Formats: sequence, structure tokens, C-alpha cells
Amino acid sequence: MRTLAARRRHPAATALLLLMALLVTGAAYTALAPDRADATAAPTVEGATGDVDRGQELFLANCATCHGLQAQGGTAGPSLIGVGAAAVDFQVATGRMPLAQQAPQAPQKPRVFSDQDVADLAAYVASLAPGPAIPEPGQVEVLDDAEDIAAGGELFRINCAMCHNVVGAGGALTQGKYAPSLEGVEGRHIYEAMQTGPQSMPVFNDDNITPEEKQQIISYLDNVQSTPSPGGWSLGSIGPVTEGLFVWVGAMVLLIGCAVWLGAKSS
Amino acid sequence: MSDIQLPNSGKSPADEPDAGRTPVRFRNPGLPAHRHRQADVDPRAAKRAERQVLAMLGLSAVGSIFFIVAYFAFPLDGTFATLQVSNISLGLGLGAGIFFIGTAAVHLAKTLMPDTEMFDERHPQRGTEAERTDAAAIMVQGGQESGLGRRPFILGGLVGAAALAPLPAVVLLRDLGPAPGDALAHTLWDEGVRLALDPSAEPILASDVTIGSVFHVIPENLYESDHFLDEKAKAAVLLMRVDPDVVDVREDRAGWDVDGIYAYSKICTHVGCPVALYEQQTHHLLCPCHQSTFDLTQHCKVIFGPAKRALPQLPISVDDEGYLVAQSDFLEPPGPSYWERG
Amino acid sequence: MSTTGTNAYTPTSRTARLSAGAADYLDERIGAARLVKGFARKVFPDHWSFMLGEVALYSFIILLISGTFLTLFYVPSMTLVEYEGSYAPMYGVTMSEAYASSLNLSFDIRGGLLMRQVHHWSALIFVAAIVVHMLRVFFTGAFRKPREFNWVLGVVLAVLALAEGFTGYSLPDDLLSGNGLRIIEGVILAIPVVGTYIVFFLFGGEFPGESIIPRLYILHVFVLPGLILAVIALHLALVVAHKHTQYPGPGRTNDNVVGFPLLPVYAAKAGGFFFIVFGVIILISGLVSINAIWNYGPYDPSPISAGTQPDWYIGFVDGLLRLMPGQPEFTIAGFTLSLNVFLPSLVVPGLMVVALLAYPFLEQWVTGDKREHHLLDRPRNAPVRTGIGVMAIVSYCVMWAAAGNDLMAIAFGLSINDLTWLLRFAFFVLPPVAFVVTKRICLSLQRKDRELALHGHETGRVVRTADGEYFEVHEPLSETERWVLVQHEAYRPLAIPPKKHEDGRKVPAHERLRANLSNFFFEDRVEPVTPRELEAARHHGDHEAIEQPEGREAERRELGSSV
Repeated sequence: MRTLAARRRHPAATALLLLMALLVTGAAYTALAPDRADATAAPTVEGATGDVDRGQELFLANCATCHGLQAQGGTAGPSLIGVGAAAVDFQVATGRMPLAQQAPQAPQKPRVFSDQDVADLAAYVASLAPGPAIPEPGQVEVLDDAEDIAAGGELFRINCAMCHNVVGAGGALTQGKYAPSLEGVEGRHIYEAMQTGPQSMPVFNDDNITPEEKQQIISYLDNVQSTPSPGGWSLGSIGPVTEGLFVWVGAMVLLIGCAVWLGAKSS
Repeated sequence: MSDIQLPNSGKSPADEPDAGRTPVRFRNPGLPAHRHRQADVDPRAAKRAERQVLAMLGLSAVGSIFFIVAYFAFPLDGTFATLQVSNISLGLGLGAGIFFIGTAAVHLAKTLMPDTEMFDERHPQRGTEAERTDAAAIMVQGGQESGLGRRPFILGGLVGAAALAPLPAVVLLRDLGPAPGDALAHTLWDEGVRLALDPSAEPILASDVTIGSVFHVIPENLYESDHFLDEKAKAAVLLMRVDPDVVDVREDRAGWDVDGIYAYSKICTHVGCPVALYEQQTHHLLCPCHQSTFDLTQHCKVIFGPAKRALPQLPISVDDEGYLVAQSDFLEPPGPSYWERG
Repeated sequence: MSTTGTNAYTPTSRTARLSAGAADYLDERIGAARLVKGFARKVFPDHWSFMLGEVALYSFIILLISGTFLTLFYVPSMTLVEYEGSYAPMYGVTMSEAYASSLNLSFDIRGGLLMRQVHHWSALIFVAAIVVHMLRVFFTGAFRKPREFNWVLGVVLAVLALAEGFTGYSLPDDLLSGNGLRIIEGVILAIPVVGTYIVFFLFGGEFPGESIIPRLYILHVFVLPGLILAVIALHLALVVAHKHTQYPGPGRTNDNVVGFPLLPVYAAKAGGFFFIVFGVIILISGLVSINAIWNYGPYDPSPISAGTQPDWYIGFVDGLLRLMPGQPEFTIAGFTLSLNVFLPSLVVPGLMVVALLAYPFLEQWVTGDKREHHLLDRPRNAPVRTGIGVMAIVSYCVMWAAAGNDLMAIAFGLSINDLTWLLRFAFFVLPPVAFVVTKRICLSLQRKDRELALHGHETGRVVRTADGEYFEVHEPLSETERWVLVQHEAYRPLAIPPKKHEDGRKVPAHERLRANLSNFFFEDRVEPVTPRELEAARHHGDHEAIEQPEGREAERRELGSSV
């Protein structure tokens, strides 16, 4: 709520208000309209509640070519039965899906679907079989407590740093695949990625890393990314390689320049 | 050395005056005339250079004072923002304080000190014949006066004693560490030791390990060890669950997994980095240090990179309460190769 | 100054009297007059490339100064403690005292972070300056007689510098350096027969143990710096004994050294340069972060970060480890021979050091040249040596690049596997290519020099003769300008002897090898222009030298005076 209050005068506030009005209408409609068989609550994305039927339409038009008409999967795309709303939100809201081209892995790119579309698609996929839900805003809220941040750091180093680097700068995997940088990635998507294990990434279910621990990891990442680099220019925070590069193209060039000045005859 | 053809080596014709005829080689034309600098001929330029040097010394003083002010003006309060400000101002202050002393001195030397080139003669390293003869005579005399030549047993004894004297120093270093024994071949894993989460040491239920998961694992009793980091360095394990069908099961390892839950040593067989990168789609494990790649579907055989041996597999089963336990220790030493490993 | 003056000097002012008194005091006790007379006016040649070694020397002094500050706060202990300092993301984390004190030094001591960064940046610059200095000495042939020993001392210094750097890199006991130590453990384990024992003696038992940090500490702050200082002293003493080399030029001969006196010019320049190097390093340390240890966390054998690399100067070993395929590991009679680790990490770097140590002696054997050399070679005038040097640089760079293959793969969107294969091929293909290309470039430059010495500068002025013939006017070189182009000597290769002498005795293999090497070095060569050739060139076809003698002479004099 703290963040909401701070953003009351934000230009997007009007749009958000309108959206909420729509949502209320939508919610009322859902409540009145005949219910679908599944018992799981419809997923919401940024406040937009998903509509299963619209989601199915969107799915058939945009996803079915690869993932099959019933989302059962095909040669070009995996089955989506049981992947849950969290997987849909992660893949579609970060722009990874729909895929632009076949590549070693789907890169993050500007998204093509609105929050409402994502919610609808998520609702449809979630209706096929139970799976991980989109986390509630409270679950991905950043914790300020030093102990939580420290615990998150320890978990991050053990479970995530080997691929994503200790401060989330990213790293290489085999055959052109890579663990992307976590700079600026929303907490919600980090949470969903851990839950669903997109692409090369393994799954970190709630028994492995509990929801509280996931929140601590998100808080740690937020902390390292929101604090300035105390030593000065961070050189990308990727360690000795860029430091070595700087020594040669920065420091040595500068020092040799000084030596040339020293050795040159004065005019 | 007569077979070496050195053009103009030693006393070559080029060095000899050979009036009237074209010499074989060019002659060194000697130092060119000294060219005056502006400050040598123009008093105003000299004055300007002097002012520049003074200005640099002034900048240096400003830098040093700025450093002292900044040191007290920015007490560290534990936030990165303050630390950053402190580091930048201290660096700029001290850096300027020192850097400009240097530029001032160099500028002074370049513009105002004499820049007429001087020269020193060189002399060969080799002594003159007389010196060499004298030196040789001194050595011979020293040898004779020492009497060692006449008393060979003393010389022999001296050599022997001198050779033995350093040995105690070598022996003294023996207690730097214990003999390795078979320490590298054994870990904390043993029959019934539960697999537990790193770092909390919570035991893991087999049912918690879903397909596509990876768990970073330590023995449950790790922290009971006095040297738990030493034990962790050998016993760290990676636990993964895959669809049992994708694994090309070796007969001698049937029953080492629990429904597609596999436990492998996390320590690379190359030089010991943690092989922690698991790609759940390809089932490849990658070591981030030197890119050795292990294929889980082939019992972690090496498929790329500088490692030779597969990662050792930890045979696991489930105890009465449903927790994952080791069946035994690793059946081969985990980690990098060593001579006695066999 | 006054002490070196004549006896007729009588101090007038109060300060002059005081300093004369002090000089007198010192002279009577330590013979200061003789020292000043012997050294204060020693001449040093002036060239920017002669300052590279000073960059190394000065960064070492800066390392001593900043390092001393660090020791006031750093605790070389692996005892585990709970962190309670001001860095929130580590709050309550269990870590070694070494790491905790490094964090405190960075976060709770004002100027501590700056000094850590000064120390680390100067360490990287120290080794870089050594390398650049070594390249300068190599390419100019400054290692030739009588300086072979000093080259050897330089190589020893380079190796000591690497050891000093690595021991320091490990001291914060963070995750990055801890994994570096783990790799060292794996490397030592791969040494046949004694590897396991060395590891247990070094680490005081199993890895990581509790002894390695204090042991590295005493090596880092006492043993290695002491050795480095001693070798530096010898290195510099030999420079004084030999007097500095100089570049060829008018007035510079093998029997003199031309330049500026130590007092005052070189004292000001070299002394000032120390402050410049120190100042630049501090400025960099204030503005650019290095080794942000708080990001890495304490060492723990289980976690690791993507992009785990050593500092740049160990990079070539790490790169070789990455390039080496895993096949050559064998189990023989119950013992494991891990050549896949031993070869790239110890054998190849060892051979590189041996090659560096041996080169001056090898080249001397091939040329048979036992004269003293105080005039430097222009690199182009030693095409094979220059080629070998560039070849070495290229091989080094391939190994070095391989240590960053993961980061390069991401930066260029490549597959790390393809990139590794590419670098494996490059390791074998690029160096010979570099050798051939460099040698050819050197020979072309020499031909260009010949051309220039024979025909002078092109002026762009085209003249039409009375016969209707066109030619471009060439400006002959001044004597001083020409000298640099024609002063060098070209060695000629030995004739390759037959397998047997005429009388049937066999020619020793080493003689044939030497002749073959001599051919390899000097078969392709461009001889410097001789006065006769110049004369001939002027007679044949160089119209301008004959046709406009007066104007040209005048211009030349003008040119000569301004160069």
C-alpha cells in the first residue's frame, strides 16, 4: 500500500482507475455469469482478472500453432497442460512468448499482449489442469529487514548465482543458451521463474525454496540492484575480466600517455 | 667464430678515415645542433612555464586539503551512497594532491631545466688484461692460503656438512600438514545419512522433489563435523529429478535412484569447482569455471570440456519417514583427480 | 650541488652555509662527496619507453605503501564469526574473520575502500607494466650481451609478481577467490606422485582447512615482497653498472650514452613520474570499482558465481585449462596421471618461463655475436625476433581470451562450445600466421627505409624535362635523418654444412642445427643502404639531385636545422 499511496498522482493513475472500474464490472459479470467447471480462482495480472473464454480465443489465434489446439504440445512447442498461470504470465508478460524465431532460447523482448490478454491466457491455461498460480502482490513485496536480505543473499548464492552471477548480471550456458541478467526484472517474474522453471532453468518448488525464502531472494536482488556501487564505476559487476580489460585499455594507456608526455621535448 | 660473417664487426673499414674514396658504411653524423625551447629564448615563455608549475603545485595543495575536509565531512553511516561519495572525494582529493606534484616536477624539468644533451662514455664490462691477471692470481692465492687443496678431507667434510645442514629445515616443515592417507576418498555420506538442503540442513522428502527440480544438498549431519567446510568441499551433492525414461540406466547402477531422483557429486572431476549449473531441458550439468559439461542422461558422463571422468553418483533410497537417504558413501573419490586415486 | 663544486666555492648565505656544513658532515662519515660525484651527473637517455619499467617499480612501491595500511585492519584468520558490521546484506552471515575484516575495512574505515582499490589496481598495473617493459626490452634487443643476466632477473621478477598477485587475490577469502584456491588445489593435486602431499602440507590438511589464509598472508606480506625487493635491487644495480641502452640516432654510439644528467633533470622527471603514477592510480581508485568483495559473499565450497575468473595475469592459465580437452587422463598401474590438468596449468606455463629465460642465450648462440650491445635494435631490423615476439603475444592473447570465453559468448551471442573450438584452432593457427605476417611487415618496412634512404622523400612535385619526360622530385634526406635508416647491421646466415666433411668425418648435429637456425633467422634480410649504393642511385635516374643542386641544398639545410 505504501507504494500505491506514493504513486497516486502518477499519470497512469487515471488509466489504472479506469482499468479497475473495468475489472469491477468484469468481476461482477463473472460472479453473475454461469461458472466454469474448475474450482481454481481466475488469475489476475496487475489487477486484471482473466477470462477463460477470451483466453482460449487468444490461445487459438497466437499459440496453438506450436503448442497444439488443446495446448497438448507439438514438435515446435511443449505441452502447457499443468504449467499453470504463473508460467503463462512469466513467458508472455516478459515478451518471451510468442517466439519471434527459433533460437537456442527465447529472449526477453517487448511484450505484445496487454495485462488483460495475459490474464485471459493465464486463466485459460490454468483451467486445463492445476498448476502454479501467479503470486499475490504481497508474496513478492520487497522486505527491508537486513536479516531477510542476508538470508536471501545466501540462498541466491547457493541456488541461483552459478548461472545468474552473484549480483544477477547473467551468465553463459551450453550451446548458445544463457542465464539472463536479472537487472530490472520484476519480483513477480523472478518468483514465477523459480516456481515454473522456464526453458533451461530448473524448478524451485515451495518445498525446495519456501515462499518466504523466495521473497527473501527477491528482496536481496532488489537491494543489490537499487544500491549504488560504492567503489565507483562498477564495470558491469562481472568480475576480473572487465577489470583486466580496464587496466589495459584505461590505466596502462593513461600511464603510457603520461610517459610519452614526459619523454617528449618541450616546444 | 671465423665462420660467422658479421658485416663491419669490430674494426670495420667504415670506421677508418678513407679520404677520397666512398666509405663502405655511412659515418655517424654526430649530435644534431641543440634546438632552443621557447622558454630558453623568450623570458615571457619562461615566466609562463614558471606560473604553470606553480599552478600545478597549487592544485596539489587544494587536493590535499580537499581530502582532509572530505575525510571528516563524510563519516560513514553504513549506506552505500555515503560510502560512494566518501570514496570518490577521498580519491579525487588525494589523487590530485599527489598527481599534480608529479606533473609540476616533470613540467619544471621539461621547460626550465637545461635540455642540452650530455653524454657519458661507456666502458666494456670486461676488465683489462692486467685486472684479470691480478684477479686470477688473487683467487689462486686465496685458494692456496686456505690450504683446502692440500687437505682434501677438510674440503670433503665441508661439502658434506654443508649439504646436510639444510636438511633439518626440510624436516622441520614436515608438520605443515598430515599425510593424505585416504582422506580424499571418504565423505560424510554413509548408509542412512539423510540428504538435506544447503544451507539449512533440513531433510528432503522424496515427494518434494518434483520433475525438473534441482536441490543443492549437504549431508544432514554436516554441521556436527568440526571442520564442516572441509567436509562440505567433498560431500556437496546435486539432486535432480527427471522423467526416468530419459535416463540411459546402467545395469550396475539400477536402484541407485529413487523414481528418477538422481544424486551426483557437485564437485567437478576437473579441478574441483562446483558443477552447479543444471539445464533442466537438456539434462546437462555445466561447470562455470572451465565449461566441463556432464550429461545426466548418461550418468553424468563428460560430453564437453576439460574433465575426463563422470561425476560420481551417490546411491540413494528413501527411509521409513519418506526422507531421502544415502545408501552408502560415494563408491569412488569425488572431486579432482589425484595420483593415489587409482 | 655545492659539494660537487670546486674548492673555490665559498658559501655566502645562511642556508648555503648550513647545507655546506651538512654536506661536510656526511662526507666525512659516509663519503658522500664520492657518491655524489660518481652518480649525480650520470646520464640517462630520454625516451617514453624507458619509463615502462619505472611504472612497474613505482606501482610496487605504491603496493608496499597501500598494503601496509591494509595490514593495520585486515585479520588473516579463518576462524568463523558472525558478521555484525554495517553492510546489511551480510548481516548475521557466518564468515571467516579474514572476510569479515575485509568487509569492515571497506565499509567502516574511512578511506579503507579507497586503499583497497588502490592496492588492487596497482597490483594489476604492476604486472601489466612488467609485461609491457619486458616486451620493450625484447623487441629492441636490449637483452643482448652484457644484459642477459638482467633479463633473467626480470623474468624472475615477473614470476614472483604473479605469485605475489595470486596470494593477495586469495586473502579476502570471498567466494571468488575461494573458488580460485579450489582450482589451485585441483591443479596441485594433478602433479604426479607428490601432488596430494603438497596439497596437505600447503593447506594443513584437507581443502580448505584453517591454515591457508594465514600461510598465504605471510607469503604475501613478507616472503614474496622481500624476494621481489631483493631482486629489484639487483636488477637496478645491473642497470647502473651497464648504463642504460639507447636508441640509435645521430651522435649515439655503442660507446656512449646520450641524455640528461640525473641531477637535476632525471631526478625531477623520474621523481615526478612516481607522483604521476601514484596520482593516476589513486584517481582511478576513487572512480572505478575493483573486486567488490561484498557482492561475492564468504567462501563456501558449494556455491559459485557465473563468470568466475582470476585476475588478468593468471587468465592465460585459466584459459589453457578451459581449452584443453579432457582425454589425456590415464590410470596406470593404479595411479592416476591427470595430464588434462597438469599439462595446461603447470607444464605449459613452466615451458613458457623456460623459453623466456633461454631466449637471449639461444639468439646469441645462433648469431655467434659475442660483442656488447648498447644500441637498441629497431624492431623492424630484427624481423625474425620481432616475428617470434608477436607470435608469443598472439598465443598469449588466445589463452587469455579463452579465460573469458563465457563472457565473450554472451557478449557476441555465440555458443560457448563453438567459441571454445574456435579458440582451440586459433591456438595452433594464429601464432604461426602472426609470425609470418609480422616478419613480412618488418621486411617491407626495411625496404621502405631503403627506398627512403636511397631516393629521399616524395615531394608531390612533378617536373617535366625538356625531352617531355615526367618525374617526381624527391627530397634527399639530411645526414641525421638518414643515419637512423642506415646505421644497423644485417646478419648473414651461416652456410649449411654438408652431413660429412670432405675427409669423411661427420659434421656434429649441433653445428648443423645452428646453421639451420641461422638460416631461419637471417635468410630473408634487407641490407642497409651503403654510401656506394646511394651514390649509384643518385647517378642513375635521380635527376633531381643533379638538376637542382642549389635550391635543394638550401632547403636541406633548413630541414636539417629544424629536425
